[in-house]
Amino acid sequence: MPAPAQLFFPLLRNCELSRIYGTACYCHHKHLCCPPPYLPQSRLRYSPHPAYATFCRPKESWWQYTQGRRYASTPQKFYLTPPQVNSILKANEYSFKVPEFDGKNVSSVLGFDSNQLPANAPIEDRRSAATCLQTRGMLLGVFDGHAGCACSQAVSERLFYYIAVSLLPHETLLEIENAVESGRALLPILQWHKHPNDYFSKEASKLYFNSLRTYWQELIDLNTGESTDIDVKEALINAFKRLDNDISLEAQVGDPNSFLNYLVLRVAFSGATACVAHVDGVDLHVANTGDSRAMLGVQEEDGSWSAVTLSNDHNAQNERELERLKLEHPKNEAKSVVKQDRLLGLLMPFRAFGDVKFKWSIDLQKRVIESGPDQLNDNEYTKFIPPNYYTPPYLTAEPEVTYHRLRPQDKFLVLATDGLWETMHRQDVVRIVGEYLTGMHHQQPIAVGGYKVTLGQMHGLLTERRAKMSSVFEDQNAATHLIRHAVGNNEFGTVDHERLSKMLSLPEELARMYRDDITIIVVQFNSHVVGAYQNQE
Amino acid sequence: VMFHRLLSVVRRQRTGRGWQNWSSGRSGASAAEAHSVALPAQAQVVICGGGIMGTSVAYHLSKMGWKDIVLLEQGRLAAGSTRFCAGILSTARHLSIEQKMADYSNKLYQQLEQETGIQTGYIRTGSIFLAQTQDRLISLKRINSRLNVIGIPSEIISPKKVAELHPLLNVHDLVGAMHVPEDAVVSSADVALALASAASQNGVQIYDRTSVLHVMVKKGQVTGVETDKGQIECQYFVNCAGQWAYELGLSNEEPVSIPLHACEHFYLLTRPLETPLQSNTPTIVDADGRIYIRNWQGGILSGGFEKNPKPIFTEGKNQLEIQNLQEDWDHFEPLLSSLLRRMPELDTLEIMKLVNCPETFTPDMRCILGESPLVQGYFVLAGMNSAGISFGGGAGRYLAEWMVHGYPSENIWELDLKRFGALQSSRTFLRHRVMEVMPLLYDLKVPRWDFQTGRQLRTSPLYDRLDAQGARWMEKHGFERPKYFVPPDKDLLALEQSKTFYKPDWFDIVESEVKCCKEAVCVIDMSSFTKFEITSTGDQALEVLQYLFSNDLDVPVGHIVHTGMLNEGGGYENDCSIARLSKRSFFMISPTDQQVHCWAWLKKHMPEDSNLLLEDVTWKYTALNLIGPRAVDVLSELSYAPMTPDHFPSLFCKEMSVGYANGIRVMSMTHTGEPGFMLYIPIEYALHVYNEVMSVGQKYGIRNAGYYALRSLRIEKFFAFWGQDLNTLTTPLECGRESRVKLEKGMDFMGRDALLQQKQNGVYKRLTMFILDDHDTDLDLWPWWGEPIYRNGQYAGKTTSSAYSYTLERHVCLGFVHNFSEDTGEQVVTADFINRGEYEIDIAGHRFQAKAKLYPVTSLFTHKRRKDDVELSDLHGK
Repeated sequence: MPAPAQLFFPLLRNCELSRIYGTACYCHHKHLCCPPPYLPQSRLRYSPHPAYATFCRPKESWWQYTQGRRYASTPQKFYLTPPQVNSILKANEYSFKVPEFDGKNVSSVLGFDSNQLPANAPIEDRRSAATCLQTRGMLLGVFDGHAGCACSQAVSERLFYYIAVSLLPHETLLEIENAVESGRALLPILQWHKHPNDYFSKEASKLYFNSLRTYWQELIDLNTGESTDIDVKEALINAFKRLDNDISLEAQVGDPNSFLNYLVLRVAFSGATACVAHVDGVDLHVANTGDSRAMLGVQEEDGSWSAVTLSNDHNAQNERELERLKLEHPKNEAKSVVKQDRLLGLLMPFRAFGDVKFKWSIDLQKRVIESGPDQLNDNEYTKFIPPNYYTPPYLTAEPEVTYHRLRPQDKFLVLATDGLWETMHRQDVVRIVGEYLTGMHHQQPIAVGGYKVTLGQMHGLLTERRAKMSSVFEDQNAATHLIRHAVGNNEFGTVDHERLSKMLSLPEELARMYRDDITIIVVQFNSHVVGAYQNQE
Repeated sequence: VMFHRLLSVVRRQRTGRGWQNWSSGRSGASAAEAHSVALPAQAQVVICGGGIMGTSVAYHLSKMGWKDIVLLEQGRLAAGSTRFCAGILSTARHLSIEQKMADYSNKLYQQLEQETGIQTGYIRTGSIFLAQTQDRLISLKRINSRLNVIGIPSEIISPKKVAELHPLLNVHDLVGAMHVPEDAVVSSADVALALASAASQNGVQIYDRTSVLHVMVKKGQVTGVETDKGQIECQYFVNCAGQWAYELGLSNEEPVSIPLHACEHFYLLTRPLETPLQSNTPTIVDADGRIYIRNWQGGILSGGFEKNPKPIFTEGKNQLEIQNLQEDWDHFEPLLSSLLRRMPELDTLEIMKLVNCPETFTPDMRCILGESPLVQGYFVLAGMNSAGISFGGGAGRYLAEWMVHGYPSENIWELDLKRFGALQSSRTFLRHRVMEVMPLLYDLKVPRWDFQTGRQLRTSPLYDRLDAQGARWMEKHGFERPKYFVPPDKDLLALEQSKTFYKPDWFDIVESEVKCCKEAVCVIDMSSFTKFEITSTGDQALEVLQYLFSNDLDVPVGHIVHTGMLNEGGGYENDCSIARLSKRSFFMISPTDQQVHCWAWLKKHMPEDSNLLLEDVTWKYTALNLIGPRAVDVLSELSYAPMTPDHFPSLFCKEMSVGYANGIRVMSMTHTGEPGFMLYIPIEYALHVYNEVMSVGQKYGIRNAGYYALRSLRIEKFFAFWGQDLNTLTTPLECGRESRVKLEKGMDFMGRDALLQQKQNGVYKRLTMFILDDHDTDLDLWPWWGEPIYRNGQYAGKTTSSAYSYTLERHVCLGFVHNFSEDTGEQVVTADFINRGEYEIDIAGHRFQAKAKLYPVTSLFTHKRRKDDVELSDLHGK
């Protein structure tokens, strides 16, 4: 197979590559000489059986995969012009600015930029952003799906409602419930900030609502009467767990509508990680399940940038997670519970929504599959029981919640799926975003102060600064800017157009080998408001 | 007394470096002393603000004989925008009133040093306005024509001449320029100090470091001010607080809206040139390059009005003085590039500093002058749009006249605070609008431009319907009004971007709308008009209206009367139509921008009587104007009532049903002289009535029309509009409206004495209609307004409005003709005088012959289409 090497060689020679592409890379080296035994960097590893592909990833069947390689072997250049590159990078970009009211921006959030770049087809990542209308605060989240996009889609639609409901005071819950009961108009709970490509499932809307309503009815019933302040951390944990529970229950109960029935099963049998931030004034909570990451951009007094991680990855690189898993299962499973850095040798993230294959008992799995639709019954993947599956559940959706009190020097928060973190170091991420944002708003001002400067010198200096800025201005969106770097960075840490163009022109079937789906939200904080909060106390 | 001490402190510190430098070292002693001086317990007038405006008002009031005046300044005198102002006095303004204010300021400042002994830095440098494009040159030529007729010398010069006047200028990209030789530069802070010193000598008491907290009001009348040093009782309060005027207005219990907002403004100061620039080097305004350049201590001072201004203090951050805000070189870069392109030799000149001094801007680029509509005795002078020095003297004078005499000697409606209401007072609106206004200062001002920001605030319920049918909108007093309707097949993009002094590309569109008004029927949404209802239990309403209006309103119920609301001088405060709804109730329709002014005038003159009710019902009614010969058919079909003149005579008003909707006020008038009806529709019926009218009207060829068609129709019929043609200084007799004045209606009314006198003595100006003769509509510049009128080669007045008459196929201008006689001064204007003259209208320096008419062309009223002219296309639906 010398031909593909022609295409890949320039990339592989790049010494950065091994670091950037992490796990994916060793696969490449291998499959340069022999076809890989499994889809290289899939977070869910499973024998390359066609049935699996048709179930969760129709376009990435093994057959197509090999086809793709053959296709790529024709000596063909996939170079894109800069405008073409831009149109690909910007296709999913979205920006939201918190509206100024009467000249005053009272929110600690200025706004956010978000974007995604697919590697899977269709993309399995999802993103959500919404403002809580009945409580204060804003919710932002990224969701990384695996074994299809059904679960990440469902979580992106539903999770924020579960969180918002968990945050609602008893009276508001009662009011909403009464409104439902008496057919009055409902109070709106969330104001979504969505890109046109971020869709909601119309078909499941009623089903989802009923589950949510059951949840708040229970919350109402559980209310003990004592009006305690709602704890955001607790609310986040409850919401995550409850939604995962509902996903599981819905799949067990099924639905008379065959489409919905198939949908709830797909949701439950696929999986998704979630990294969600809740910002209310200076209170920032990050709830994380899986290996997406929340990174705070802090500007030091000297203007430099440093990264503060606000979430822990739930994967094999996390000692405490390894420890937790070993403790949760009998000693004799100590070797099998995590194998080759994967849960039961299969799954990369150690916490996730859905993935009932790692949660349900074997009995339950068999029962549901047998009574399920034929598609499910014929599907090898769903029937397949993970090896060494003795003491389920092995997987949980319970998030780890981090609290951070915002300070004026905390300028922004980057939420991103592992597609970004695999390719870029967190320090670089924060530096690139920081420089981008400040360039946009207040790059260090020039002051003449005491020096002898002529008009001509000043003019030269300013023209230079402007030229530098306009290259930054190619992107109007911090997330796009970050993706441009993530995909196009060369060994010097600057964007190399040729490389960017090559990476983006990879055929659909190959893209996944070089990069994962990338989803990024960059939330910008209003230092003035944050500072004002500080001064109040 | 204490002011002199303060002044001497200031003087001592000024050690020759000039006005920019005395900011730093203020002696603590003077401040301490100032604190110890107690405020007087009462005064006639309290002025807030010790900048150029406050000191000018104090100066002029004290000159006019008012002595009991206190001026309060929160920081130090002349320390706000005045201190940082670039000190350029320029008379080249777009409005006549602004030209007059600047001209007066120029003359005042020139003799101020002699009068007060304080150096003002006044140097007559002249100024040169550069044109990089032909359009800019046209704009300058228009200003040039108007400057010349009010006696300010100016001329259009060639680029070569520009180079001779200024040694450093690059003139290669210029097409021409305007030279105004008598323009000047001053040290603005010193001018303010000189004015203060003169005022102080006339008895004005000045206190610095004293902040006004709020103004005390009782029963709608100023009673005093509360300061941080105690209270002062007073009858008059003058808000000259500059960029803080808005906040100060809001601090009142009943807020006074003063819509203005500050933007950062940058200018550059340099060290002297190697051969220092002469102190009389002319000031350069390169509007296309967005910069101004004046000589400054051998070097230059250059600033500009950038495209992306930075609004500031939206939240009303109140700091005592304008601190040196941050210099923002990156922001200044485009202006610096522009400067170096204009004066390449400055490349090696050393920078001294970049000054950031906020300037105040208003929503319509005109300053704010006048009395609050809500609080009597509360006067305002602020919002100078970066022309404080140019306007300071004149504006101060007009305001002082207003306070002393009750009215200023010139028509200042364009600057009157009452042109705004609370609706322009939102911080968000102001912030967005001033970001558009500031760059506009140097943008090309072509006829009929509209503001783009702060729109869609007030709309008719039909807005969406009309918009969907291609309406293009203009805004008046926050209300969206359709200009014209773009047919579906027209190229919209080109139309939106048309900016021209020549024939506009909506010409054909408006033509078809006008034609439809003449031949079929059009509907125009005119909901923006101000609508008041006056009712009483007895005859009070009639009595007060009879006193306030010149026409006889004691007419049978159902009649409509056109009448002026006159002031004591007989001038129009408002021109309106009043329908008598019942014995005791009247419905009054006034121009859109009268909403605040007319309300204030009525409130001021109406007796306090609980049985007399004045209500603003503007928002309650949607007004549809059905213009055209077939309006009658549409309405009778919709109401099953005969609408012919026999049953529904002209100027008649009746409540009737239209479609399903009852209680529609139908009035047989159209504001254009064309046949048709105005429908005043309670807003909830608006959509229904509109839909019915459009669907029934289809077979009569109905279509939508806009204000441009209306304008063309009304001007060709010699219908004058208040605010454009009529103002507080024009009387009904001066515009041929004797018929609307009933001097013998059996009771006295406002302005009657003045009119009686005028009737006896004759008028000194006369509104005249001009039809341009040798004007090529396709190729020549179009008239707009403000063009000089020449009679037998002598300047005789200015036009007030103009429009193309599609019926006459000629341009029609309205304007006032005076009889300026060189030997005997201004003389009476008679009909004979008008008729015997040969007239020319000066459009940007080119004179066009015009026929003068005192009455509209009669053929317009008997329009008939000849049988042979009918074509098949006339059968197409419109």
